[in-house]
Order: sequence, then C-alpha cells, then structure tokens
Amino acid sequence: MADKSDIGKVGKPTVMKIEEGKVREFAKAIKDRNPLYSDEAMAKAEIGGIMPPPTFLMTLAHWDDGEGQPHVKLDTRRILHGEQEFEYLKPIYVGDTLAAVTKVANVYEKTGGRGGTMTFVVMDTDFTNQKGEKVAVVRFTVIETGQAVAS
Amino acid sequence: MARAKLYFEDVNEGDELRPFTVENLTRGDFVKYAGASGDFTPLHYDQTFVEAAGIPTVFAMGMLNAGILSRLVADYAGLENLRKYKVRFATRVWPGDSVTCKGKVTKKAIENGEKIIEGEVAVLNQKGEVAVQGSFRAALPSRS
Repeated sequence: MADKSDIGKVGKPTVMKIEEGKVREFAKAIKDRNPLYSDEAMAKAEIGGIMPPPTFLMTLAHWDDGEGQPHVKLDTRRILHGEQEFEYLKPIYVGDTLAAVTKVANVYEKTGGRGGTMTFVVMDTDFTNQKGEKVAVVRFTVIETGQAVAS
Repeated sequence: MARAKLYFEDVNEGDELRPFTVENLTRGDFVKYAGASGDFTPLHYDQTFVEAAGIPTVFAMGMLNAGILSRLVADYAGLENLRKYKVRFATRVWPGDSVTCKGKVTKKAIENGEKIIEGEVAVLNQKGEVAVQGSFRAALPSRS
C-alpha cells in the first residue's frame, strides 16, 4: 500500500513522439471522427497542424514501459481510477517530441463506505516539447480501496 | 469546415453543448481503447481476472468514457482553445451500455486579458446515472 513516504518520488523520464497514425487510432477508439485528426491539410489551415485529442497524453503508457510512473505499491485488484486532469499550456502537434516526467504529488487516506479505508495517490506528469516549452501537465489520481468493490 | 468557430461574443453562461449518445459499447470497444491508449489494466478485458476480483464482468476504462466526452468539449470550444479538461469517475460503464454526453457553460469572464469560458460536462448511462463528471476551461478568440 502507498503511504506519505512515497510523496516526491520521481519515475523514469520518458520521451514520447506524437505520431500521426497513433493520433488517428486514438481518435477512432474514442469514437471521434472529426477530420481534424486525419486531414492534415484541413488541420494545418484551421489550427496549424494535426493536434491530438484532449486525452491523448494517456498514450504515454506506450512509451514508458511501465517505468514512467514512480514505483508505488498498489493492489491492481483493488484500484479505481479516481480523477484525471489535463492542463494545456501550449499547443501540441503531430511531429512533436515530448519529454515526460512523473512525480508523486500527494498520498492521503479517506475512510469510505463499502470499500473501507481508501488510499488516494496523486501523480503529476509534466510534458515539455522539443523547444523546451512546457506544453501540458497531467494529474492522475488513483484510489486503492480497502477491499475489492463488487458492483 | 470541421465545425463552426466559436467566438467569445457568441457564448452565454447557461448555454448547452450539443449532446450526443454513443449506443451499445462493447468489449471490442474496450479492447480497441486498450490498444490505442496502452492501458492494459486487465479489469477491462480479462474475464477470469475480474471474476477472481469479485466483479461480474469487464467494464469500460474511465478514460474511454472521458475520451468520448472530450469530443463534446473539443467540438464546442475548439481543440486549440482548450486550457483544462478534468474528469472524475463515478458509476462504471458495462458492455451493452449506451452513454450520453452533455454539458453547459457555467462561467464567462475576462481574466488577465484572456477571454475565458468554463463549463461542466458529464457522461450518463442509459439509466441516467452519472459515469463521468467533468469540467473544462477554454480561452476563446474575439470577433473584434
């Protein structure tokens, strides 16, 4: 189980390329057929290039080999994804190369209902582009329940 | 044109975002999202694993639902104008469920010279239960 001593832990820095095919695949998976994700000429004319969908930075999972997130002990049978927050500071385009670093921002406990004591782990990932500009911050909150929560 | 461009002057607090429904999510949709996102948490595709955890069957990744919901926000405010998108997960979405995305503008203001709008959005299942509660913030262009 995670605890306060995990705060400040940093994962392995990861490099992530924003690839056209991956953006297209992701847009299809979230059922968004907006041509701005696939028509390069239209995207260039309207918004300066193909930008990935708002939640695309989740695909960092493909690049970090599971080591991007700081190591925190969690039981995968009892975890819930609590919250996810995306802050967009500068535009991200297909062709960009982003450097991502994730750190544990907070760990705290709450006493819940059915699940018993719940442990909340908050992780912040900073994304910086090839020009050295910070382009996004993604904040992930995972909850470990006291027991498996059957529905 | 993919969409009509939204200008700050066109927005009023209380304006509703045009809702849409995605019918009948399938296990195949969960698997496609797993491949697209790299989220291979077994809760979303491995029946043996979820049964051992006391859960009747696999369920949608929260981020799949949040991704579907992000279209509501991107279509309305414009991908390039989006500054923040936040989601909180409530009820799970199961195979066969249909999800409806809806939302409204809750704030319109000029902050530090930027023309800002904020709104609340949600994913509801076919019973009207909230699966995802979200919010967004965007900086819009002006007609003037």
